[in-house]
Amino acid sequence: MLLILTGIAVMALSGLPGLFPAVAGERGKHVSTAGTLMGGALGVSGLAASMIAGNSPEMSWAWGLPIGRFSVALDSLSAVFLLPTLVAAPLASIYGQGYWTESEHPGNAARLRFFLGLMAGALGMVVVARDAVLFLISWEVMAVAAFFLITAEDEKQSVRESGWLYLAATHLASLALFAAFALWHSATGSFALEPAGSSAGPSGLWTAIFLLSLLGFGLKAGLMPFHVWLPGAHANAPSHVSALMSGVLIKMGVYGLVRMTAILPMPPVHWGSLLLLLGTVSAVLGVAYAIAQHDLKRLLAYHSVENIGIIFMGLGLALVGRSLERGDWIAFGLAGALLHVWNHGIFKFLLFLGAGAVIHAAGTREMDLMGGLAKRMPRTAALFLVGAVAICGLPPLNGFVSEFLIYLGLFQVLQSSHAVSWGWPAFAVPFLAMTGALAVACFVKVYGVVFLGEPRSEAGRDAHDPPAPMIAPMVVLAGGCFFIGLVPWAVMPLLGDAVSAWAPGADPQILSMAPMGWISAAGGSLLGGAAVAFVWLRRRAAAAPRAGTWDCGCPAPSPRMQYTASSFGQFLVSQFAWALRPRVHKPELAGLFPAAGRFESRVDDVMLKKGVAPAWRWSLRAMGRLRFLQQGRIQVYVLYVAAFAVVLLAVSMGIHP
Amino acid sequence: MMAELLHPFVFLLASPLLLGVVVKVKAFFAGRRGAPLLQPYFDIWRLLRKEMVLSRTTTWVFLAGPATGLVSVILAGLFVPMGQVRAPLGFTGDFILFAYLLALGRFFTVSAALDTGSAFEGMGAAREVTFACFTELTLFFSLIVLARLSGALSLSRMIPAAGSGPVPAAGAALLLVAAALFIVLLAETCRIPFDDPNTHLELTMIHEVMVLDHSGPALAAVSYGAALKFYLFASLVAGLFASALPLSSAWPWGAHVFALVLVAVMVGVVESAVGRLRLVHAPRLLIAGGLLAAFAFVLVVKDVP
Repeated sequence: MLLILTGIAVMALSGLPGLFPAVAGERGKHVSTAGTLMGGALGVSGLAASMIAGNSPEMSWAWGLPIGRFSVALDSLSAVFLLPTLVAAPLASIYGQGYWTESEHPGNAARLRFFLGLMAGALGMVVVARDAVLFLISWEVMAVAAFFLITAEDEKQSVRESGWLYLAATHLASLALFAAFALWHSATGSFALEPAGSSAGPSGLWTAIFLLSLLGFGLKAGLMPFHVWLPGAHANAPSHVSALMSGVLIKMGVYGLVRMTAILPMPPVHWGSLLLLLGTVSAVLGVAYAIAQHDLKRLLAYHSVENIGIIFMGLGLALVGRSLERGDWIAFGLAGALLHVWNHGIFKFLLFLGAGAVIHAAGTREMDLMGGLAKRMPRTAALFLVGAVAICGLPPLNGFVSEFLIYLGLFQVLQSSHAVSWGWPAFAVPFLAMTGALAVACFVKVYGVVFLGEPRSEAGRDAHDPPAPMIAPMVVLAGGCFFIGLVPWAVMPLLGDAVSAWAPGADPQILSMAPMGWISAAGGSLLGGAAVAFVWLRRRAAAAPRAGTWDCGCPAPSPRMQYTASSFGQFLVSQFAWALRPRVHKPELAGLFPAAGRFESRVDDVMLKKGVAPAWRWSLRAMGRLRFLQQGRIQVYVLYVAAFAVVLLAVSMGIHP
Repeated sequence: MMAELLHPFVFLLASPLLLGVVVKVKAFFAGRRGAPLLQPYFDIWRLLRKEMVLSRTTTWVFLAGPATGLVSVILAGLFVPMGQVRAPLGFTGDFILFAYLLALGRFFTVSAALDTGSAFEGMGAAREVTFACFTELTLFFSLIVLARLSGALSLSRMIPAAGSGPVPAAGAALLLVAAALFIVLLAETCRIPFDDPNTHLELTMIHEVMVLDHSGPALAAVSYGAALKFYLFASLVAGLFASALPLSSAWPWGAHVFALVLVAVMVGVVESAVGRLRLVHAPRLLIAGGLLAAFAFVLVVKDVP
C-alpha cells in the first residue's frame, strides 16, 4: 500500500520541478516524464505485489481534521480502476514530449505538465480513498486540475467557453456528491465508505443517496443527458489531455457509481433498470451524435458518451441481477462493464493520440479538409485503424470481448424461467447491436475521410508521421487492443475478483464458463486467414497496372468531389433527425445556370442548446438580483462564511440543546 | 457426425449454386431461359484468371477489404447450422461472434470502397453502413426471440429447436421471426427491394458500386463472399422452416436442401414481383422487420412455462 501511495505522490508532483526556473524548459520536460514513469512503475509494482499476495491492504489514521480520516485501501475494484491510471499517465506524458513541445507552447508547457501529473495523482487517490472526505478532496483536486488542463490554450475563445462549461458541470457534480455523502453520514453515522448493512436506514434515504450519486457521477462520466460539458472539453483540450480525460478521468464517474452501488444496501430493481435505460439512451444517441460531427475530436468525444452508455448497460444489468439475486447477470454484466472500462481506456486513448498526430500534421480538426493521410502517415494510419476496429467492438480486438460479456449477460435474462424476471432487460440487446453498427458507420467514415482517398486541402499534402515519442505510446496501446482481444481469458480472474468484491452473492465462477477460449481461437484464425488471403491478393496485385479510379464517365474528377464526413453521414443523420435536429442551409438553385451557392449543415448538441443554455440564461437573470452580495473583496466573502457558520452553529444548538 | 463433417464442404462449394437458382427463377418470371445454374462458378473462375488493375489512389486497405470480407464470412459460416445439421463450430453466444464477424467484413469492404476516393463508391459505402444499422437491430431482435423460443444460446441449437422449444404456442412467433429474418436476408445480400444486383446505373447501386474498382481475383473474392453470405442468411431462414417440417430429423440434408431452395425461390419471386424501394424508404421496411421481431418477442417473453 505504501508503495502505491508513494507512486501516486511521485506522479502527482512530477511536474513540480519543471515550474522552477532552474529546471525549466527541456529539462523540466524530461524530469516530469521520468516522474510519471517512476510513479507508474512504483504503483504498478505495489499493485502487482498485493495481487500476487492475494490480500487487500489498507491503511487508516486520523488526520486531525474535524471530519473524516485518512483511510485508504486497495481491493480488486480499486485495482481495476487504478491500473489504467498508472499506465495511462506515463504514456500521455511520453506523448506530450513530442506533441506539446516547449518551443511550440512556451507559455503553458510547464503548467500543462504540472497539472497532468497532479490530475494523475488525484485520480489514483480517488480510487483508493475509503473515506468520503478524503474521496471528495481527491475528487476536487482531480476536477480542478482537469480544468487547468482543458484551458491550456486559454487565449482562444472556444477553449475558455468549454472550460467554463466544464467547471460549472464538475461543480454541480461535486455539490451532488457533497449532498450524497452528507446523507450517507446521517444514514450510517460515519464517513467510511464501507458496506452499510442491509437493515440500516429508511429506503427513501438510500434512494436519495443513489439518485444524488447518479447525478454527481453521471455528470463526470458524461452519461446522457449529463454529457453537455464533454464534447467541448474533449475537443478543446490538447490531444493527450483529451486522451487521458476520455480514457481515465470520466471512468471515475463509473468507479464512483460502482463503489456506491457496492456499499449501498440491497438495491430495488428500478435502480438497475434506470441505469440500463440511461445506458441504452447514451449508447445509441451518443454514437448518432458522433456520426453527425465533422470535428475529429468532437466526434471521438461523443463516442465516449456512447461507450459510457455501454458500460452503464453492463452495470445496470448487474444491479438488476443484484436485486433479483441472479449471480450470472451480476457476473456477466459487471465483468463486461469493468472490462469495457479498460477497453475504452485503451482504444480511446489510442484514437485520441492518433487524432493528435493527425491534427498536428494537417493543422486542422476539420475532417472535411483532410484525406489521403494513409500514404503520408502510414504508421499513424495503421495504428488508428487498430483503434477504429477495436472501438466498433469487432473481433479479433478487445472491444469485442467486453461487449460479448454484456451481450451474454443480457441473453442470460432469457434463460430464466423465474417468474419475477420476465426478460425485459433483453430489450437492450437490439439497441446494443444497433450501437455497434452505428459505430462501424462512424469509424468507417472517420478512417475513410481522414486517411483514405485523396487530400482535400493543401495542408494535408506534406503531412508526415510524428516523431518516435508520439508513435511509441500508440504502439503500446495497439498491443493492448490485440492482447485483450486475443487472450481474453488472461484478464478473467481479476474481473472475477472484482465481481466478488462488488457483490458477495455474485457467481464469479460463471465467468470461467464464458467461452473465452473460443474467442481466442476465432480471433487467431481470423487474423491468420485474413493474412493469408491478403498476401495472396497482394501477390496477384504485384504486377497490376496502375490507373485512375474509375470515374463513371465523369471526365475530370477532383478530390473535392469525394464523399466528405458530412455527406457520408447525411443519410444516417436524416434517419436520426428527430433527435439530432440538424440545421441545414441549402443554396437556392434556380434557372439553367444557377449562381455559385453554399451548402452548410451542422448538428449542435440539442441538450446543450435547448436545455442547458436557456436554463443558464434564466438563472443568470434570476441570480442577477443577488449581485449586490458580490463585492469582489475576499474579506467580505470570509465574513459571509463566518456569519453562515455562526448561524449554522446556532441552528444546530437549537436542534440538539 | 458425418453430416457435420460435410457441412463446411457444402457451405464452401454449394453456395454459388444457390445464386444460380435465384437467377433461374427470375429468368422464368421474365419469360427467358436464363443463364445456366452454374454461371456463378464460371464467373468466379473467369475473374480468378484475370489480371488486376489498381487505382493510383489506393493503399493496402483496398486489398484488405476483399481479403477480410471473404475470411470473415467463411468463419461466420462455420457457426451456422444447415437445418438440423449442426455447424462444425459452436459455443455459448456464437451468434454474437457471427454478427460481429459480418460487421468486420463490412468495415473493411466499405473502407476499401472509400480507399478509391470515388464519389460513387463513397455513396454506396454510406448507404451500406446506414442500412446495416437497421438490419443489425432486426437481426438481434430475431435472435433474442430465437434464444427465448429454443432456450439455447448457440446457433446450432437455437435454429433447429426453434419450433420445438420450451415455449408453448410458438408458431406465430416463429412465423414473425422468419419474416423478419427474410427481410434481413434481402437487405444484407443486396436484393430487391433494397438493392438491385443487376442495375446499370451507378447512382442507384449499393453493393455493386462499392466494388467498382475491384477487378480480377479481388472481385472474385468479393463475388464468392457475396455468394457465401447469401447462403448463410438463406440457411438461417431455411433452418426455421425446416425446424417446423415433420421429416427434418429423419432426413436432415433433404429437408435442408428443400427449405433452402424454397428460400431461394422466394427471393427470386420477390425480386421479380416487387419493385425497388426509394432509398430513403428502405430503412422503413427494415424497421418494420425489426417490429415484426419485437412483436414476436412480446408474444414469447411472458409465456413462462
